[in-house]
Amino acid sequence: MDQTNKPNEITNVVRMQGIVKRFPGVLANNQVDFELRRGEVHALLGENGAGKSTLMNVLAGLYRPDGGTVIVNDKVVNFSSPRDAINAGIGMVHQHFMLVPSQSVTENVLLGLDEPRFRMHLPRYNRKIAEIAGQYGLHVDPAAKIWQLSVGEQQRVEILKMLYRGADVLIMDEPTAVLAPSEIEELFKTLRSMTAQGKSIVFISHKLHEVMEISDRVTVLQKGVVTSACLPISSVTRADLARLMVGREVVFRVEKKHVEPGEVVLSVKDLQADNDKGLPALRGVSLDVREGEVVGLAGVAGNGQSELAETLVGLRPVLGGKVIVNQKDVTNKPVKFGIRQGVSLIPADRTQVGTAPNLSVTDNVIMKKYDQAPIGQGWMVNALEANKYAAELKEAYDIMVPTVDTSVRLLSGGNLQKVILAREISSEPKLMIAVQPTRGLDVGAIEGVQRLLLAQRADGAAILLISEELEELLSLSDRVYVIYEGGIMGEVADGDIEKIGQMMTGTRLEQIEMQGEA
Amino acid sequence: MTQADSTKPIMGFKLPFKMKVEPRVVDPPRWYSPMLSVIAVVVALMIGALVIWLGGGEPWKVYAHIARSSFGSVGVLSDTMVKAIPLMLVGLACSFAFRMRLWNIGAEGQFFLGAFGASMIVLLPVLPEEAPKWQFIIVMALSGMLFGALWGFVPGFLKAKFNVNEIISTLMMNYIAVEWNNFFIYAVWTEGGFQMSRMFQRNAWLPRLSDFAEAIPVFRGLTTHMGLLFAIVAAIILWLVLSKSQWGYEIRLIGDNPRAAEYAGISISKNVILVMLVSGALAGLAGMSEIAGVVHRLQGAISPGYGYTGIIIAWLAKLNPLAVILVSILFGALILAGREVQPSGVPTLIQGVIMVSLIAIDFFLRNRIRITRRVEE
Amino acid sequence: MDFVLVILASGVATGTVLLYATVGEIFSERSGVLNLGVEGMMLVGAMTAYKVTAATSDPWLGLLAAMLAAGAVSQVHAFIAITLQADQVVSGLALNFLATGLSLVLGEGLTSLRDVVPTLPSFTISLLSQIPWLGRILFTKQSVMVYVGYIFIPLAWYYINRTRPGMHLRSVGEYPAAADSLGISVFSLRYFYVFVGGMMAGLAGATISLSISPGWFAALTTAGQGWIAVGLVIFAQWNPARAAVGAYTFGALRRLVLDIQGPTTLLGFANPFFYNPYYGFFLKMLPYAFTVVVLVIGSREANRKRIGTPAALGLPYIRGQRGL
Repeated sequence: MDQTNKPNEITNVVRMQGIVKRFPGVLANNQVDFELRRGEVHALLGENGAGKSTLMNVLAGLYRPDGGTVIVNDKVVNFSSPRDAINAGIGMVHQHFMLVPSQSVTENVLLGLDEPRFRMHLPRYNRKIAEIAGQYGLHVDPAAKIWQLSVGEQQRVEILKMLYRGADVLIMDEPTAVLAPSEIEELFKTLRSMTAQGKSIVFISHKLHEVMEISDRVTVLQKGVVTSACLPISSVTRADLARLMVGREVVFRVEKKHVEPGEVVLSVKDLQADNDKGLPALRGVSLDVREGEVVGLAGVAGNGQSELAETLVGLRPVLGGKVIVNQKDVTNKPVKFGIRQGVSLIPADRTQVGTAPNLSVTDNVIMKKYDQAPIGQGWMVNALEANKYAAELKEAYDIMVPTVDTSVRLLSGGNLQKVILAREISSEPKLMIAVQPTRGLDVGAIEGVQRLLLAQRADGAAILLISEELEELLSLSDRVYVIYEGGIMGEVADGDIEKIGQMMTGTRLEQIEMQGEA
Repeated sequence: MTQADSTKPIMGFKLPFKMKVEPRVVDPPRWYSPMLSVIAVVVALMIGALVIWLGGGEPWKVYAHIARSSFGSVGVLSDTMVKAIPLMLVGLACSFAFRMRLWNIGAEGQFFLGAFGASMIVLLPVLPEEAPKWQFIIVMALSGMLFGALWGFVPGFLKAKFNVNEIISTLMMNYIAVEWNNFFIYAVWTEGGFQMSRMFQRNAWLPRLSDFAEAIPVFRGLTTHMGLLFAIVAAIILWLVLSKSQWGYEIRLIGDNPRAAEYAGISISKNVILVMLVSGALAGLAGMSEIAGVVHRLQGAISPGYGYTGIIIAWLAKLNPLAVILVSILFGALILAGREVQPSGVPTLIQGVIMVSLIAIDFFLRNRIRITRRVEE
Repeated sequence: MDFVLVILASGVATGTVLLYATVGEIFSERSGVLNLGVEGMMLVGAMTAYKVTAATSDPWLGLLAAMLAAGAVSQVHAFIAITLQADQVVSGLALNFLATGLSLVLGEGLTSLRDVVPTLPSFTISLLSQIPWLGRILFTKQSVMVYVGYIFIPLAWYYINRTRPGMHLRSVGEYPAAADSLGISVFSLRYFYVFVGGMMAGLAGATISLSISPGWFAALTTAGQGWIAVGLVIFAQWNPARAAVGAYTFGALRRLVLDIQGPTTLLGFANPFFYNPYYGFFLKMLPYAFTVVVLVIGSREANRKRIGTPAALGLPYIRGQRGL
């Protein structure tokens, strides 16, 4: 490479032409073209499943394309592994961090390299890595173990890993999804400092405002096809992008009927619980949810949300405080007790918790009804009733499966979520706890899920919505609590996104209001 | 997604077609899985033949011999059934536990304790020597099941309470069980210093077909005993429990995804203990039926590894209790004829090869191979 | 006192067998592959070592052959568990049947060969044997394999925790997707460490049949030590140093059980176990019962700390599957 390139001279670092990538049953990329200039942030915009990640996985050497050419620095390349891509100066920061939790920052940065030759020489490399980190303003302790770091710090390690390998092109796959607003600001600062030093960045996202803020140019994908290539960001509006992404006008707000909140259904008082490592995860959480109300719980991932959900349904022992559902104390009661009180949980993890992958759709929808009439009869499960019930749900919730005997592991994410929603909603819950109910779904499916939740609200159910998607929380919730390090920072009823953002990084509502007055 | 494609040239030249392994996107038809099992057994027998041939033997003669000496006449068929009875019961014991992905490798030890529990009734004695046969059968069966269940309870409890790996604990319990029995046959119930107890009196024997030879002459000399009835009844009950009952649903759910089961309010620890109790009781019943139906005394060599063979049977039967009965008969034949096959390790080896091919071939249940013609590039 | 020293010394020798098998399994499990076939692979190793040595009169050649044979057998499991992505528990059990059967078939007739087969050398390290107590236990008339074991423990620990290949090994067992994304071949590393585990099991088997209790006694040669080794891995929390503690303790216990019936007096009292056939059976149960106790301790500790177990242990790696 000619290192004397002047910054104002336009050079393409990467060109991808006519990329085709097929998966069983899906055409993920269909004749996709893409180009990236030196020193730019190029956003790759599209819905979930539009093929953004697939395209970049091809560039990062993880997938081999079924057709098309990749040109890096004017040379046609044929990556057969991520290592080839890294050698060509292309590094990818995945949405799910590729970090080994039990190893230190330095070990993770060195992983897969040819150095050191045999002995680790950790102190020497700690110094070297701290140096590079300083150069780009990435603050992280090289000797710390990954599991001790916050999500934002872990992301910095990922970036560091690529920089250490001399990456000139950095692909960031949905980098803001896991960050608090202030961390997003810091990330953007880092990205700008990197482009100033001649690096190029591909910014994969489906969040329009972030794309508008950080990128220089944008390429939009829809269902595996480019709908618009390399638009300078100054030439488009947010609404344009939304239309290009979805292929139709999008309503940003979900229609929400007015419902007068009724009795308190869930009342949590000073709840305390530990996480899996035995460390305190909930430090005195108190909140209320009423009939006909959607209450949001905002917070950056890992601040006790999943522990709270598990504690409320009885999956995790309560160490202090009380959980009251419909005036009944359910603290430390078995899960079945909660189910009988009308408590329902839509778990964050659809495959690990929500369903049994090798069992049929029928077996999965009767999970909470198998011991109740008419499906449970005496000691038996009435197979006829169970199948009838499953068929009804398949019809009502439009679950796309050939038959209800199909194993659920063969279902798509959206259909799997429909199975779970069908099961939970059909139990007519009084309290529904929904954790990340729309994560990883495409726009159509998201709308469907949100409509179902609002229908529950209209029917008088109390809904606790736990989500990391602020936009979703704000559009669905009547009130929003913010959780930070296992404590409630405050409650907002007017959807004030500024306040929520501050609380998500650990400022209490009282403090914010005092500052406001001062 | 698995993308093991063979586009790379193999050994310098390109294949004229592309072979792609893909995960299945629809369930395979129902006949597919049994067909694969049959293929696996055939492949295993072929590999076994190869090994025998390499060892200087004549494989087809060995197999013909096995077939003749296990299914050749009513008499040997009856002997095959006698060998199959304990296999059926331990096979059921393993299937039941495996359904919950609870790896009870301890059927061998539970078998020994079942034998001990049954013998105790006669040798202690719990029942007077002249008690009627039906009393002996019922009490011995219950005692055998109780002791087998007890032996299953220990690892079950440790798993439920301390999350102790049941594979190792059940296995260790096997070794302990053997020493336990040895103590009694060497030190307590030894007959004249030999390593065995006295012969049980006739009314502590399970009825055999030959007992009815006066009424039905065909039964003369046939040693198949009442244990067969136990096994068939147990298989039907287990089948009902697993495929029709709420408890069976819980077991299947835990087996497929314990976290989902917990989330549905099903207690895993309770079921771990219960399933280990039932599994142990079935293996214990196998020990009882072997003692009361065949050996008629407590001694050291009562099992040529029935408990371990039960693992393979369970797997070959795809954990289906009714299929266990059929598969056990095949393995009964293998064990019966295997006694005469030299070298003596051949039956174990064939069992191992069968199991390896079975697991390997399951790959095709989850994946399919697509062969396409290579497009010239 | 002499009696105690003798038991401890022979305990160290017996424990060396467990040490090799346990550390071998640690290598395999650290890479994410649970291999329950240790017992069978040890039998293959013991048989091969004895057979080759009987044929060539060279115990070193026997040792090498044992490691290669057991390593080769382990690749059956590697293929099924890694390439075919089958359940590792079932595959390991199957390997056990296969390897046990193989060793029985090929070991036919070896039982009667005793006394004519040379064994691995034993010797005293003169300088170190002068150390009071420890010299008698650790460095007097021990098999060469025991000494190799002493060196092997720190090397294995160092390799896993302080070297680049060791770091790669750990990453593949903890988070294979991360390793894969950086160009580390998860498949070949797993194959390799399963092979290492197999070779170590073979070494353990050869140590029995060529040194600790020479000869081939069919399945009784190992008598469940392979399973104890698998249990010790949990107790050791995948750490070779802790494995050494466990292995030597177990070795001493096994010897104690055998030797305690010998002397007429014990610490000045009449020995209640003196050739008492009744207690003998209960003594023999002890190592197995103790394994269960050790498992309880190990599992409770692991539960409390929630660390130690390689995160991807027992899970096949499929590229592109999230989270694994």
